[in-house]
Amino acid sequence: MTWLSPSESEALHLSLSVAARSVAVSLPAGIVLAWVLTRRRFVGHTLLDAFVHLPLVLPPVVVGYLLLLLFGTRGPIGAWLEREFGVELIFTRNGAALATAVMSFPLMVRAMRISLESVDRGLEEAARTLGAGAIDRFATITLPLMLPGVLAGAITAFSAALGEFGAVITFVSNIPGETRTLPLALYTALQTPDGDTEAARLACLSLLLGFGGLLLSEWFARRVRRLLGH
Amino acid sequence: MLSVAVKKRRGSFSLDVHFELPTPGVVALFGRSGCGKSTLVNVIAGLLDADAGHVALNDRVLFDTARRFNVPPERRRIGYVFQDARLFPHMSVAANLRYGASRAPSSQYANLDGVAGLLGLGSLMDRRTQQLSGGERQRVAIGRALLSQPSLLLLDEPLASLDAARRAEVLPYLEILRDRLAVPMVYVSHDFDEVLRLATYLVLIDSGKVVAQGAMGDMSLNRDLRSIIGAEAVGAVVDGAILGVEAGSGLLRVKVGHGELKVQAPYAAVGAKLRVQLLARDLIVATQIPQKLSVRNILAGVVTNITGDDADSDLVAIDIGGETIMARVTKAATRELALEPGLPVWALVKAVSLRHHSFAAAPAISPARPDA
Repeated sequence: MTWLSPSESEALHLSLSVAARSVAVSLPAGIVLAWVLTRRRFVGHTLLDAFVHLPLVLPPVVVGYLLLLLFGTRGPIGAWLEREFGVELIFTRNGAALATAVMSFPLMVRAMRISLESVDRGLEEAARTLGAGAIDRFATITLPLMLPGVLAGAITAFSAALGEFGAVITFVSNIPGETRTLPLALYTALQTPDGDTEAARLACLSLLLGFGGLLLSEWFARRVRRLLGH
Repeated sequence: MLSVAVKKRRGSFSLDVHFELPTPGVVALFGRSGCGKSTLVNVIAGLLDADAGHVALNDRVLFDTARRFNVPPERRRIGYVFQDARLFPHMSVAANLRYGASRAPSSQYANLDGVAGLLGLGSLMDRRTQQLSGGERQRVAIGRALLSQPSLLLLDEPLASLDAARRAEVLPYLEILRDRLAVPMVYVSHDFDEVLRLATYLVLIDSGKVVAQGAMGDMSLNRDLRSIIGAEAVGAVVDGAILGVEAGSGLLRVKVGHGELKVQAPYAAVGAKLRVQLLARDLIVATQIPQKLSVRNILAGVVTNITGDDADSDLVAIDIGGETIMARVTKAATRELALEPGLPVWALVKAVSLRHHSFAAAPAISPARPDA
């Protein structure tokens, strides 16, 4: 991409890579949680629901700070991950993916829940009388029918991941080539003397990316709806 | 044999039933809307857990609170045809049909083509379910349930959401299933005409309780039935045997009891059964052999029972040789004719309602392909 400078291209690739990892991690967890929160009633339901929605109401910096406490090299989970699996999250793009995943998780779960609530439970009952067990039913009936919500959730989460700033810079800092995604690059450009043009170019890039994402998601949603016969 | 004894409370409504149903055949659960029929069917299917009691099918216990035993619906092998069909919208007709078939025990081989042929689904296979008419949707739902090779088929008001024309389109298929498949069926309905056409056994339900039950013919004379279907619809249901065609008139000769009826009906094989309904209001009772009348159908019999129907009329039960028919006469007529049990009488039949053709005439076949 000759019309992008090396550092711009790097930030773009990194943003896409971080967002993709973020969605890959949060998608299965999101589906499970959406199902649990929609279909199960248990003690602590409200508490879990609130917990999932927490990143929506907390300042991103607070989320980044909490991640630092938990997943830092001396944090309980971070230390364990490094000891057992050699996985390092702090100051890495995987860490950035984790931060964006946590931030966009409530949006994703919300989209899936709306879709799951519209799935006719009578169809699951029918599948049941035809001999389908719980996992079978979920895979062949529930999941395909909630696919519009899964897709919407994934696209929303991907877009949010592209733009996440506060939690990322707090948790994994602003390292060129590793954690400096588009918004962080834009922020850096604004901090640099004579960085105005660079900032404007990066803003335009973000704009194009967002607009393209919206069009793509609309096109996908239409195809899926047709596939489901709506 | 389907054996059910369950209690279930839902809000202010409580279901408390206890019965044993003969299988095979079509058992109709009949009663007003909201009497608990659907709750009962869901308990049998396992979609709803009863508070107490047991459910067993052919000696296989499916549910027993005393033993804390509950087979989940997916392992009960009970087919269910819902009122709203519940076809899977993201699958074609063929995929819907295969859904149950592919989950049936592998020892048996589901005959997709056979069932599709029986239900006239051949040309619909590649369609999306949204492109089907109401009647077609219900036929696909029936086929899908059959192909899961159930040991019992539950049909919960499968025609209730269809208009009259669609209903008339699906009913013959249900008759075919009854006559040609060995699958016992429980048919829930609040429409007595459907019950008359399909049922071999009738369970009457009112306010969550079984009021009466018995073979269709016996139940047609039941007093509790009258309160549900209304006095006008009261009448004996008799399964007659076809004797042949009367020369000249072309009418079908049907043997009922010792007597014979001549009816206008499409030809069916000699020996096949034909269900007729003789409404009580359509019968006239005579104490002497009637002569020179326009009425063609006259059945000789003996009065067995007289009960008051309302303030002005009586219902007279007449044995016509193994079968009982019922006539409505005024109380004044009962007095003047001195009707009493044991009196020989002649019943003049003004009208005969045909309920269906070729009842259980064809040999039964199984939905599973034999020795496959």
